[in-house]
Amino acid sequence: CAGFTGLAVSPAFADVDATAKAVAAFGGGQEPGTGKITLTAPEIAENGNTVPISVSVESAMEGDDLVESVAIFADGNPNPEVAIFHFTPLSGEASATTRMRLAKTQNVVAVARMKDGSVFVDKKEVKVTIGGCGG
Amino acid sequence: MATPKPRIKLPKTADKGEVIVIKTLISHTMESGQRKDKEGKLIPRQIINKFSCEFNGQPVFSCDLEPAISANPYFEFSAKVMEAGTFKFTWVDDDGSVYTDEQPIKVN
Amino acid sequence: GQWARAAAQQTLTEDALLDFGAVGNVTLVHLTDIHAQLVPVHFREPSINLGVGPVAGLPPHVTGADFLKLYNIAPGSPEAYALTSEDFTALAGTYGKMGGLDRIATVLKRIRSEREGKVLFLDGGDTWQGSYTSLKTLGQDMVDLMNLLEPDAMTGHWEFTYGAERVREIIDGLPFAFLGGNIFDAEWDERAFDATKMFERGGVKVAVIGQAFPYTPIANPRWMIPNWSFGIREEEVAANVEAAHADGAELVVLLSHNGFDVDRELASRVPGIDVILTGHTHDALPEPVMVGKTMLIASGSHGKFVTRLDLDVQGGEIKNYRHRLIPIFSDVITPDAEIADAVAKSRAPYEDELKRELATTETLLYRRGNFNGTFDDLICEALLEVREADIALSPGFRWGTSVLPGQKITVEDLHSACAMTYPAVYRSTMSGKMLKDIMEDVADNLFNKSPYYQQGGDMVRVGGMAYAIDPEADMGGRISEMTLLKTGEAIDPGKDYVVAGWASINEETEGPAIWDVVEDYLKDHPVVKLAENRSVKVVG
Ligand SMILES: [Mn+2]
Ligand SMILES: [Mn+2]
Repeated sequence: CAGFTGLAVSPAFADVDATAKAVAAFGGGQEPGTGKITLTAPEIAENGNTVPISVSVESAMEGDDLVESVAIFADGNPNPEVAIFHFTPLSGEASATTRMRLAKTQNVVAVARMKDGSVFVDKKEVKVTIGGCGG
Repeated sequence: MATPKPRIKLPKTADKGEVIVIKTLISHTMESGQRKDKEGKLIPRQIINKFSCEFNGQPVFSCDLEPAISANPYFEFSAKVMEAGTFKFTWVDDDGSVYTDEQPIKVN
Repeated sequence: GQWARAAAQQTLTEDALLDFGAVGNVTLVHLTDIHAQLVPVHFREPSINLGVGPVAGLPPHVTGADFLKLYNIAPGSPEAYALTSEDFTALAGTYGKMGGLDRIATVLKRIRSEREGKVLFLDGGDTWQGSYTSLKTLGQDMVDLMNLLEPDAMTGHWEFTYGAERVREIIDGLPFAFLGGNIFDAEWDERAFDATKMFERGGVKVAVIGQAFPYTPIANPRWMIPNWSFGIREEEVAANVEAAHADGAELVVLLSHNGFDVDRELASRVPGIDVILTGHTHDALPEPVMVGKTMLIASGSHGKFVTRLDLDVQGGEIKNYRHRLIPIFSDVITPDAEIADAVAKSRAPYEDELKRELATTETLLYRRGNFNGTFDDLICEALLEVREADIALSPGFRWGTSVLPGQKITVEDLHSACAMTYPAVYRSTMSGKMLKDIMEDVADNLFNKSPYYQQGGDMVRVGGMAYAIDPEADMGGRISEMTLLKTGEAIDPGKDYVVAGWASINEETEGPAIWDVVEDYLKDHPVVKLAENRSVKVVG
């Protein structure tokens, strides 16, 4: 708890409303369900410049049981949009990992859009801290 | 910026029908367009905005990237291998540049 | 020495401490957070250790008289001395120092001879750092001496502050497993350390899964280990537990440096772990804490205790067990001659410097406690005076030994409070707003209601400034009434203050080493006498 000689000055941030709107737009206005999609991210970021995030959606990835795309949003960044993954039957599984920037502690939101139009969401708070201290 | 260098990790062989894991990295600063230089001027955005993976010409996985993606973009995803062939990876830069790489795979 | 008096009262004998009545087919021996203390020490347990949310008031968040009542321990007894801060100075006079690797060796050898082929000796980490000699040898003294004790596996935390290259060099030469299932290569996200080691003890297949401190690159300098990524990685733990069962493990042990509350949460969310040997938060609990079928063990720190856990494992289940947190009373347990000799040899080149006296203290110097400790008060006084600062910040570490009133403060004592690889004392200006942000950030790392967001340790120690804290509040709302002590004025968010502190995790930090700053201060203050610290008000 003593590494505090340079806190970043924050630019203007997206807000929770902008993120909700972006989620709704991606989901085509559908009320998202939960449970089918899992977003994995660290509880506390080791480095806000490169935070690993993974999504995984339960799906056979064939026929009508197909995940078309998964969008990632972050409600405390300058803009909520982070990435959109597009899957195909050749993906085999609807899972992907990338690394993202987090300007401060915020929620990361993952939204899956299925071929049948249904939408699923998961979110996780990732803390960005200045760190220090310990036992 | 130095020419971005892609790096790929995937198995050399797979069983027919096996779902394999593919990992990719490419060196790129992913200039977000939100940073300022020493004179206080905004540094213009230059990111990789699209990544895609095809197998024997068929789409496997792709991603639209925003400036929130970290420098040196990393992707890990899966692919179902039904036959021997070649994976082709493509990264599209804001400046129009396209970077590609290919990796073959055999089927046991 | 002092043991003579206790012996006369027949309160303590080696046999009474170590006679056990063996049970079952497997014995786990757990040692953790020794922080490089090779010889017996005084170590005062905390008088305040708050839990937040649902764990408020639950062990280990019980201290002092409440602790004695909870575990039915008589005030003034050896157990009371070992486990609480009650009457610490007086009882230290009666019962003497605790710990010492040679005494631990005696306990281990006795258990091993009694339980041949059944013992697993597991080291929970924070082993290589925390003393003058460990810093001088970059952990080598601890590595060599622990090797003589033949651990079966270890995990780590402060080990990593020797840097990736040194850690690799040591681990490559270790004759036992260094496990860290939650450590991954930061570039390709691949396992950087072994997660699990399988053992057979007493005919039982035992899987030991290692969990290093999840927040090592956050609480300690990331630049020292740039290619390793940590984290709790609950899904990895679950997968490793499942794999261990699939490989035929009848007993699954998590050798963890998560910290107690994180492990309690993990045990409630990940099925199939039989025993979690906890570490990092330095809690010493005389009984296991059960979470469903998972047994949580807390074995203290600084070599004060060793846990012996006998298990009767039948058909993949613990049918019976016997547990003891064995207090290592150094005047009671006979030192093992071989290890005593090796410790003495290892310390010999440094002995004169270790013994060099810097000052006398009239106040009990200790560190443990959520908000302040007298040793930290002394460090903060030194930072304010020597670095001519308005405000001092000192990290809330839980390691460091105690010095009794009337004793000399030696180089060894001072280093046991600050021996580390990033000791530079910075001096910089910070706005009142920045100070508030820092205090809020650190407080949230300790008191976030979700254990997975906690980093262990204690609140940053502050000199020259008073404040109030409501641990149960949300981030941003915990800290209030920040006041500059030298003027009595409220801290102004828009005003700049000169702040001195140490243990910055930033690579470019410049300044003299903390031990030099404190030594300078002690030259002008040969007798340390500290007023009670009333600068932190706990509210809510
Ligand atoms: Mn420790
Ligand atoms: Mn620790």
